[in-house]
Amino acid sequence: MALATPARPAPPEPARAPRHRTNGSAKRARWDMKFSPYLYIAPFFIVFGVFGLYPMLKTAWMSLHDWDMIGEHTFIGFDNYAELLKDEYFWNAVVNTLGIFVVATVPQLILALFFANLLNRTHLRSRTLFRMAIFVPNITSVAAVAIVFAMLFQRDFGLINWLLSLVGINPVDWDSERWSSWTAIAFMVDWRWTGYNALILLAGMQAIPRDLYEAAALDGANQWRQFWRITLPMLTPTFVFVVVLSTIGGLQLFTEPLIFGNGNMRGGTQREFQTLAMYMYEKGINSLNTAGYGAAIAWALFVLIGIVAAINLALVRRSVK
Amino acid sequence: MSVKNRLVALAAVTVTVLGVAACGSDDGTSEDTGAKPDKLVVETFGEFGYDELVKQYEKDTGIKVELHKTAQLNEYRPKIVRSLATGKGVADVVALEEGILNEFKTNPANWADLTPLVKDHSTEYLPWKWELGKASDGRLMGLPTDVGSLAVCYRSDLFKAAKLPTARDEVTALWPDWNAFIETGKKYRAATGKGMLDSVTTAASAITMQVGGDIFYDADDNIVADKSPAVKQAWDTSLKMVDANITAKTATWSPEWSAGFKQGTFAATFCPSWMLGIVQDNSGAENKGKWDVAGVPGGSGNWGGSWLGVPERGKHKAEAAKLAEYLTSASSQVAAFKLKGPLPTNLEALKNPDFQSYTNPYFSDAPTGKIFGGSVEGIKPIHLGPKHQAVKEQAMEPALRAYENGEATAAAAWEQFIKDAATQGAF
Repeated sequence: MALATPARPAPPEPARAPRHRTNGSAKRARWDMKFSPYLYIAPFFIVFGVFGLYPMLKTAWMSLHDWDMIGEHTFIGFDNYAELLKDEYFWNAVVNTLGIFVVATVPQLILALFFANLLNRTHLRSRTLFRMAIFVPNITSVAAVAIVFAMLFQRDFGLINWLLSLVGINPVDWDSERWSSWTAIAFMVDWRWTGYNALILLAGMQAIPRDLYEAAALDGANQWRQFWRITLPMLTPTFVFVVVLSTIGGLQLFTEPLIFGNGNMRGGTQREFQTLAMYMYEKGINSLNTAGYGAAIAWALFVLIGIVAAINLALVRRSVK
Repeated sequence: MSVKNRLVALAAVTVTVLGVAACGSDDGTSEDTGAKPDKLVVETFGEFGYDELVKQYEKDTGIKVELHKTAQLNEYRPKIVRSLATGKGVADVVALEEGILNEFKTNPANWADLTPLVKDHSTEYLPWKWELGKASDGRLMGLPTDVGSLAVCYRSDLFKAAKLPTARDEVTALWPDWNAFIETGKKYRAATGKGMLDSVTTAASAITMQVGGDIFYDADDNIVADKSPAVKQAWDTSLKMVDANITAKTATWSPEWSAGFKQGTFAATFCPSWMLGIVQDNSGAENKGKWDVAGVPGGSGNWGGSWLGVPERGKHKAEAAKLAEYLTSASSQVAAFKLKGPLPTNLEALKNPDFQSYTNPYFSDAPTGKIFGGSVEGIKPIHLGPKHQAVKEQAMEPALRAYENGEATAAAAWEQFIKDAATQGAF
């Protein structure tokens, strides 16, 4: 049979750029093929380079110097980092940052899950309105939020203390102790970010196929069981994303505690709520001659975010499975 | 595409990026062309009383003046530093407070030498004030504006409610020394249940300035906070005030503090002359006539005061220097004093009958010209080290407030203060 098959026609010549065309346009076409893709993606890299990469490299360079903002710069190698490890206030800021992160993020994610699940109900009326409403806190300016909350939590004329006084509790000096200042700051953070995270989780929930729920309902699984057995496992990738995002945001916390403490970088008389970002600003910007040390703190913060994000990722993956 | 080509492309992008970034960080220096500028920017903090003067200047010269005000020094300083470090947003005329002037003196090249730009005014001001405006390399960094001098601002209506005397001479007589001041505070607390003084930190500032000599630094700029008599005296007296419970525990410059003026949370605060404008702004028109001015316990002293400097990177240095000259002239200083209280340092202004006979309508017609002007020539210059302001605000005041709020024992607060003073002072 094979032999009987007539010989196939020779394959046509590959379509090449005809030689007789002008050399220039051929070159242009080749260049176009080669470099245009880079040109199309260049805006991202340029923006990233200017606002991301360059400051990072410059910061790394600064952290190896004894750097005076308006004076001399002397190379000192890794001395700033060695100093940092011995610095009591640095570790205090690490504890505060992680503490506020936990106090703020855990309830926030639980709340966000709760809201997302609520909004995901098919029979909920005016869903769009609620979905928009839950996002509103996020588009208000962070400074405005912080100022309003700082007023609510004021010692002498604050609303919270007034409410507490109605039930016979003595006024709390919110910014003078760890637990109280952390609570107040966690309120600000949660008010602003819960809705944002809820919307991302909601988007993840919408992607879960409906028939899974229908099958589960037929098998007699109630809403709660469906949530645990279907929603949560299927939501893992989205949840991991939200956790990583919250980690990055939470560990960079700056404006809320700053305004809560009247704009003082110390974060309370005893540094009760001074976050790493605030300590970085205190050393890097406020005291002119220790900008290099501030840069070292910035890199320490970067490493810390990496570590915490990795831990969270591992935890979330394991627990939700 | 080959790996090599990719690398080349990546390198090209990187070079572009770095190029762009490098251009971005290029400083904003431009030559002083000498041409008449359209606009000059003046940066001040607190209340300098320049609003009317600036309008007059605009009318006279046709140059627009933008007056930037920052309420607090601790927000103002980083702003100025940022502009000096990056060359972006550099103002033409910058107010330099005594606490931060010393810090800027360590790098005087950031400031234009005013000597060739203005007429010789060296004999027209309090001699020490003029000298302090000079950097170690001899350049004239700033023209003198105001000086502190001390007094007590008090609410006569609240004093009356506490059955204390209200007339300013009688109030001054209440506290010949600090112990008497504390006793008065105790009476006020017993009668009203409130703290008389706003915060322990204002008293501490007043006492350090009153005792004078070395405060946080000695003459060679070594930190001596742990052994200076001024600090010791201020610290001990402050602790006594806390123990006697005579303060309202409102942190200076906090929202509680600003609201406290209006609400009557406290009845007294220490008032250098420049503070009058701040008391007035915080208390509002409805409290006009309730405030008055009395003398301080233990004699006067100097707290605060500023200079006007011109950044080297400013674009219109010659015009800016002329504007600074105008704002610090004798007549301008009298006008600013009348508007917001900063006390003149110009000798002619101090002798001006308009100044001497001035009574402040907001403060129950207190003769502030006489009260503040009378002591100004007796003020001795105080040497403040390079990080004076940082040590005061970031080391001493937090430690005192920690004790005031019951967060730290006296020993722990002292330890915190000395540790923070040493790290702030590392220069």
